[in-house]
Amino acid sequence: MSPEFLTYLFVGASFALYIGIAIWTRAGSTNDFYVAGGGVHPVANGMATAADWMSAASFISMAGIIAFMGYDGTVYLMGWTGGYVLLALLLAPYLRKFGEFTVPDFFGSRYYGNAARATAVVCLILISFTYVAGQMRGVGIVFSNCLGVDISTGVIVGMAVVFVYAVLGGMKGITYTQVAQYVVMIFAYLVPAIFISILITDNPVPQLGLGDAVNDGSGESVLDRLDNTLVALGFDAYTDGAKSTQDVFAITMALMIGTAGLPHVIVRFFTVPKVSDARVSAGWALVFIALLYTTAPAVGAFARLNFIETVHQQNYNYVPDWFKTWEDVGLIAWTDKNADGLIQYGPGAPFAGKPEFTGELTDTGSRALANTPSDNGNEVYVDRDIMVLANPQIAELPAWVGALVAAGALAAALSTAAGLLLVISTSLSHDLIKKTLARPLTDRQELMWARIAAAIAVVVAGYLGVNPPGFVAEVVAFAFGLAAASLFPAILMGIFSRRMNREGAIAGMVIGLSFTLAYITWFKFVDPASNTAEHWWFGISPEGIGTVGAVINFVVAFAVSRVFSAPPEAVQNMIDRIRIPAGVERPHEH
Amino acid sequence: METKAYWRANLRLMGILLTLWFVVSFGCGILLVEPLNQIRIGGFKLGFWIAQQGSIYFFVILIFVYVILMKRLDRQYGVAD
Repeated sequence: MSPEFLTYLFVGASFALYIGIAIWTRAGSTNDFYVAGGGVHPVANGMATAADWMSAASFISMAGIIAFMGYDGTVYLMGWTGGYVLLALLLAPYLRKFGEFTVPDFFGSRYYGNAARATAVVCLILISFTYVAGQMRGVGIVFSNCLGVDISTGVIVGMAVVFVYAVLGGMKGITYTQVAQYVVMIFAYLVPAIFISILITDNPVPQLGLGDAVNDGSGESVLDRLDNTLVALGFDAYTDGAKSTQDVFAITMALMIGTAGLPHVIVRFFTVPKVSDARVSAGWALVFIALLYTTAPAVGAFARLNFIETVHQQNYNYVPDWFKTWEDVGLIAWTDKNADGLIQYGPGAPFAGKPEFTGELTDTGSRALANTPSDNGNEVYVDRDIMVLANPQIAELPAWVGALVAAGALAAALSTAAGLLLVISTSLSHDLIKKTLARPLTDRQELMWARIAAAIAVVVAGYLGVNPPGFVAEVVAFAFGLAAASLFPAILMGIFSRRMNREGAIAGMVIGLSFTLAYITWFKFVDPASNTAEHWWFGISPEGIGTVGAVINFVVAFAVSRVFSAPPEAVQNMIDRIRIPAGVERPHEH
Repeated sequence: METKAYWRANLRLMGILLTLWFVVSFGCGILLVEPLNQIRIGGFKLGFWIAQQGSIYFFVILIFVYVILMKRLDRQYGVAD
């Protein structure tokens, strides 16, 4: 059986499974559609949260990013896991006790009125749409790399699948497909990781293999070997970072509080039966996430070491097949600067920008480049995303492993896309049409509106995936900064401060969000040339500015809230009610 | 009165756990990573291990400790769900 056929088989079988689950668990009421009837087992919800949370970026890109950033990759590892501690301790149990359908519902009740609800809807849509466009793009990229179809066709197939199970099943359908997607995803991630760990260290546990000796008899550990090899080539040591300490601090903090403020993650905790279930469910979610997140740094280190040892000073005619396979799709390129026929790898870009192939071959047989070579010694261009996708080939694993990785990457992208589309559609049908515009809807009508909104959101997301506005990939990382600077502080103060009123919360959100958005826009789109440490405020990059935005949000909210009167009696009673677990109800209308 | 005492006990527990969360992740994994890198555990530098592995395990343990202690607190004050 050819690798292509196997990939079609694995991807096709997994899609059939997701659609089957969706039909079996389809939603019959708004309660099912919004919060899966509020009866999801905490372990199942933990697994669904893990799949919801881990996106195409976690699955495909993260290990590659760590491979090339070394210690600095810590910002993603800690930042995208530490937020669950905040979620479990500060938000999830209280929001579950609150017991309504959506995140803007909380704003509408706690900050008494449609102004706060509408502000939350705007923040939610801004955050979720930037995020979902990146997922659709990820689906397209996996299709084009693994199945050879073009990106647009891939996006449309992905859209069709999400359409079926998100529109039909709502939260109930999504929950159980996400459980299946987690299983596919984690299996696809661990199998090649275990093989490559055995290949390099003889240790079948990648987390331990990372600190184990390289199995060439030298007794040197993987990390020491990487440090020594990279320093000899002129790079920084792998275990040292290049980013400043305050920037690492700020980015990690922004990702953590951003995680805790992402609406599609928060609503997952609305689906469990009790307050104590919400707490334990956050723990299980992190267990399932940690399985992938502790494997990723091992995969990154092995891949980097393996890459250098197979490629550096190698004659182009004798490089392994995978080098040429990825050169064919343009994710690897080689320019023989010193014309010695050997590949030299070193620090710095081999040329500016992405490779532009002339369409001809050089005398050695590599693809000729139109780019002007830079004056450093590095001859190799390598796209960081190939590290996970190329692992099965690098480790010479059977073809079914490659097919499994493709199915896993699609599971990661689709599960996150579905979760995001659901919060977008519910905020439209429930918060905008029903609550803000005050349309009297029956349960059946509201369910129909929720499905229509989900359908529209899928189509818009698909359009953005096919025609990315150029900056989608950049903006995805900033969704966290925006969530950190807007939703997280307002929810936190809503639970822990009885004095916080709607004026304070809205002012904090608007100013925190505007500041963060302006800082990012300036350095990324208005004046990208100045995006260097000496121009940044306090040495904090646009990736980490959400931390400052959150601080501004807190300060503004506090100051403004003192000027206006305290929240009404009924709201203060509601705060008292959400602070104790007893008397929890199934989600319903208040 | 009972619920006020419950809330105070809850805040205290949260404060302790979040301090630990901060000390391990931001303290050991970022601010003190260089001195900790002088210590070695097997093939790992300690600071690097905490940053890329240990902190994640610690976060998991922290949440389950919170779950258990809160359950006890809920029962003690008669506010369990």
